[in-house]
Amino acid sequence: MIQSDLNAIYVVVARELIKFTRERGRLISTLARPLIWLFLVGGGMSRVVSPTMGVPYIQFIFPGIIGMTILFSSIFSSISIIWDKEFGFMKEMLAAPVSRFSIVVGKALSGTAVSTIQALIIVLLFPILGLRLNLAQIVLVLCVSIMLSFCLSSLGILIASFYESFESFSVIMNFIVMPMFFLSGAMYPVQLLPHVLGVISRLNPLTYGIDALKHMIFAPSALITHDFPLGLDITVITASSIAFVVIAGNVFERRK
Amino acid sequence: MPIITVKDLTKRFGNTTAVDGISFEVEKGTVFGFLGPNGAGKTTTINILCTLLSPSSGTALIDGDDCVKKSAEVRKKIGIVFQDNTLDKELTAYENLLFHSYLYSVPKSERRERIYDALHFVGLYERKGDPVKKFSGGMKRRLEVARSIIHQPRVLFLDEPTLGLDPQSRTNLWEFISKLPEQQGVTIFMTTHYMEEAEICRKIAIIDKGKIIAQGSPEELKKMVGGDVIYLKTRDDASAINDLKTLFHLDAEELNGELFITVSGGGDACIPKLIGALGDRVVSVRLQRPTLNDVFLKLTGKDIRPETISGNSEIKDTMRTYRRKFDK
Repeated sequence: MIQSDLNAIYVVVARELIKFTRERGRLISTLARPLIWLFLVGGGMSRVVSPTMGVPYIQFIFPGIIGMTILFSSIFSSISIIWDKEFGFMKEMLAAPVSRFSIVVGKALSGTAVSTIQALIIVLLFPILGLRLNLAQIVLVLCVSIMLSFCLSSLGILIASFYESFESFSVIMNFIVMPMFFLSGAMYPVQLLPHVLGVISRLNPLTYGIDALKHMIFAPSALITHDFPLGLDITVITASSIAFVVIAGNVFERRK
Repeated sequence: MPIITVKDLTKRFGNTTAVDGISFEVEKGTVFGFLGPNGAGKTTTINILCTLLSPSSGTALIDGDDCVKKSAEVRKKIGIVFQDNTLDKELTAYENLLFHSYLYSVPKSERRERIYDALHFVGLYERKGDPVKKFSGGMKRRLEVARSIIHQPRVLFLDEPTLGLDPQSRTNLWEFISKLPEQQGVTIFMTTHYMEEAEICRKIAIIDKGKIIAQGSPEELKKMVGGDVIYLKTRDDASAINDLKTLFHLDAEELNGELFITVSGGGDACIPKLIGALGDRVVSVRLQRPTLNDVFLKLTGKDIRPETISGNSEIKDTMRTYRRKFDK
């Protein structure tokens, strides 16, 4: 029983990675977005915004851009579930003698792998921005990226489990993904947001992920840039990951 | 002991009753046909048997295991070829089958061999490394049949396996399917609305509006039409009609220059007698057996395949293909 679920998780991840390596265009197009934001928006804004937060603006948004990379690639990867539903492959998985939970975990792990790879590519741009990161910091950033990727991939699966066809794609992008990005402290500190938006951003798991990345990337002397204690960040990411996976697993388990 | 036992199975979706108290049994190692028009409840029944849907009431057992209470056991024992294509078109044929063998926990030492055997069986071994998106509709279906037997199921469900295929691919596919019970020892449960395809079934259930309206072997069902039909062409129709009436108590009607006679029982045994009695007045004789479509026509008063519905499903398929291209 357990062995069969492990087999299922393995093969779901393997399938996703095979497809990822075959679609080189996908990697380039998903990396283009963070690069544009980092250099065109961040670079431009650096000349307008004075470094009041202790670091230049292009450096300030660096954790946010890593978070953005993870957000988009995790959600995109999970949304492949809707494709699987639309083109029937989901039936092949749902009819198999494995738990639905293992399919959800497999999908979440494949999203994690794909978006961690992309996050790492962005992270390695740090010298261009004038940042200095030691190996330990890079490893810690990678650890947070993995946790955040898993969290957001699970969220993506949860979202995808409610949709049957791809027509809902733009709804998800415009009403879930973009607001999540802007209300995450990626572009400005959460404290600066008006009250209501501040509350919403505190409900956003990405906020805590980006905050944790800020903890890892900036020296303690520049800590005015982060919003919450690191312990809280990690707790929220972990707890919401578990919640998303369990709920998504249950939604999939549901038989009509 | 039957391998599939269905009793009083009912499935409601809101106010509509898709499946309405159906009961039937399928014998081990046979081909069972579930026939009916689109929307009759065939796919709903298959989904319940495959544990993808829960019935509203009634029971379904596969090889002794309840489809609701022991769904995990049932899933191991069944193979499915769904109505819609369920292959991953980006992966190769081999990869699709490999994915399946992991999902069904095929032992590592047997994976490759079973996949190759299945590919040989459906004649796709040479194409094993090609992405499925390069395959024709018929090849995709054959690959799905190959996939469905990799984990050696006891029961194989085929939901409209030939839908959307050209006649040649259909014939080709049936060649493989009809070999399955003997070669793989599997019981086949199939649905179709191509009546002529149901001829290979040992037993058939005809379903309409959620209810089974007739069950039996193809021969038994055809007998319900009222026997064979003999068409006679004679030199003297009037005297022939008279002789048939007095000698055999048969009512003959003239239809498009032929005499049309319905014979209860076997029509073949009747022909020599007719010729013997009518002698050289007979120009030609033609025997026509009733088709399963005639059975459906007789039972429901309508054709099983109204043009509008099959037309719609083709449009749906086209739209799907179009969307796929658009998305990628």
